[in-house]
Amino acid sequence: MNIDPVAAILLIPALAAALLAALPGYGLTARLNVIAALATFLVALSLFFTRPSPGLYLHVDDLNNVFVVLTTFVGFTTSVFSASYIAHELETGRLTPAFLRFYHAMYQVLMFAMNLALVANNIGLMWVAIELATLTTVLMVGIYRTHEALEAAWKYFILGSVGIALALFGTILVYMAARPVIGEGLDAMVWTTLVKRAAEFDPALLDVAFVFLLLGYGTKVGLAPLHAWLPDAHAEGPTPISAVLSGLLLNVALYALLRFKMLLAVNPNAVAPGPLMVTMGLISLVFAAFMLYRRRDIKRMFAYSSIEHMGIITFAFGMGGPLANFAGLLHMTMHSLTKSAIFFAVGHIAQVKGTQQIANMGGLTATHAVLGWGLVLGVVAIAGLPPLGIFMSEFLVVTSTFAREPWLAIVLVFGILIGVAALFLRLNSIAFGEPRGINAEAKASYVPMFAHLALVFAAGIYMPPALVAWFQNVAKLLG
Amino acid sequence: MQGLTFDIAHMLAGSLVLVSFLQLYQDRLYALLNTFAMHALVLALSVAWQAYAQNAPHLYLTAAIALVFKAIVIPVALHRIIVRLGIHREIEKVVGVGTAMLLGIGLVALSMVVMLRVTAEADPLAREDLAFALSVVLLGLLMMVTRRNAVSQVVGFMSLENGLVLAATGAKGMPLVVEISVAFSILIAFIVIGIFLFRIRERFDTVDLHALDSRRGERL
Repeated sequence: MNIDPVAAILLIPALAAALLAALPGYGLTARLNVIAALATFLVALSLFFTRPSPGLYLHVDDLNNVFVVLTTFVGFTTSVFSASYIAHELETGRLTPAFLRFYHAMYQVLMFAMNLALVANNIGLMWVAIELATLTTVLMVGIYRTHEALEAAWKYFILGSVGIALALFGTILVYMAARPVIGEGLDAMVWTTLVKRAAEFDPALLDVAFVFLLLGYGTKVGLAPLHAWLPDAHAEGPTPISAVLSGLLLNVALYALLRFKMLLAVNPNAVAPGPLMVTMGLISLVFAAFMLYRRRDIKRMFAYSSIEHMGIITFAFGMGGPLANFAGLLHMTMHSLTKSAIFFAVGHIAQVKGTQQIANMGGLTATHAVLGWGLVLGVVAIAGLPPLGIFMSEFLVVTSTFAREPWLAIVLVFGILIGVAALFLRLNSIAFGEPRGINAEAKASYVPMFAHLALVFAAGIYMPPALVAWFQNVAKLLG
Repeated sequence: MQGLTFDIAHMLAGSLVLVSFLQLYQDRLYALLNTFAMHALVLALSVAWQAYAQNAPHLYLTAAIALVFKAIVIPVALHRIIVRLGIHREIEKVVGVGTAMLLGIGLVALSMVVMLRVTAEADPLAREDLAFALSVVLLGLLMMVTRRNAVSQVVGFMSLENGLVLAATGAKGMPLVVEISVAFSILIAFIVIGIFLFRIRERFDTVDLHALDSRRGERL
């Protein structure tokens, strides 16, 4: 057995997508989807042990290894959730079998695109992969063909394309900066080569390039004021896609940004990318926290919460330094796990209630105990209450900021508190009080949701030293 | 770079900016599509000239893609879609022609100031090309935000992509992989858009995005 694991995490989803596009029938394809996702995850785990040397197109290092494992893990659990969610959608007739085939194929294409973006060693290839991921999700968001779904998909498509176009312009500028130093051709787009020689690049060109990349990939991260597509896309698409968007795709875009930040960090004369990221992160955090109050749609509400948390993560990476980077990485991991768990709960809740309007939900803990308490746990986790994982990462972000920039820390804490209050206000009316609205029986798979929550809980209480050491190492890499 | 070669490249890239301005004030869809075809044609010429000047034969392929695909296939297809769907032929604008032109001039000035300053050390051809390319990108963006009509937004997006291709070819020796993928992504993007236009037409009486905006998910 001598198969390159990096090739395998790309080939498995690609082949699965082709197969799923060809096969009919729900039971078989849903199972196949789960199996493919599981296989990808297992192969990704093996990257911790054996790792091929970097090539012209692909490479794996300590940084993207974390991202790949997280992506394939959440991809796997979401495929389990998706199997029960989609079964219900088929029963109620919201999706037809023809669209189902398309849905499963697209799911694997999305997995392929995200993995490719993560392991790409070529900044052009990385751009192509992110573009592919965007187009795939656009199609998935519009899958219900309602007015709102089409509007959401259109908005996402237009804003996403503009973002991605600006990112390409930035990528071209990076190549222009690298060309006089490295020489023409492919080498000047290979990230591992770029980062070695970045100190010699023209700093002015790099600065302008980073502004374009920040605006471009920042649109995909959902940073305010470029976030307009995000709530709509989350609310109108199928819930498994909302989970993958929030939990994974936003991270992938942020990862791209981090790679370029590392380039600038090497060059002593280039502008420091930190303050730009700190500013955008804080704006996103405070803005999203206030926006949480007026939400009537449960999925939109959690979409704004994702903007808020991406703001915190961008802020942490913008601050830089070993501690803040460590906190950012941890927060990103915890947010991915928690937010997808919340969307798993929300998906089933919307199904039993037959609506996404918060006004028609109430007393869930009384009528659907498992779902209701699952949501409560998820919101408690995302709000950052001790002893769960997000508490730890938020605590680290705040304390490391207090030590260096107390004024920024005040804004940060203010934003977090505003957001927490809004979430609990809404949670109270959803989970407790008199039951309201329709109460269909839940046919849900609770395993993925509780698996994620258990991990978040465990991470809050005990982090394995090996994991801590790994994250510290990555934090150092990020500079 | 020899005098004449440079001048011709300069002129072609400059014409692309000019055609972008032409697009800004069109108020009929058919006329807009024709100007877009011209835009793509100028791009093809410009890329072909770069291929000759840089002695990079693979760029001829990019030029051919621009010529066949963007100057012919897409305008014809969009033309058909408009006829088939009976989309209104007039373009609704958010701001008047005068304002749009002034904004456009401002954007071009901005991109000149930014790009010429930061690329002081690059070779002159690449500098001018990048500055013009950024102007085309920004004008495409401007077109997308000042139009309410879905078809004209799509055209705006495509002219924005033309600007990117100009930038990519101006960057000497940029690997072919990227150029093909750019062209390829436009193809995909176009298919997606085509599907969307169809679906949107199935559900709404107009492709005017304003009609979509009235149905925001949030409002009850």
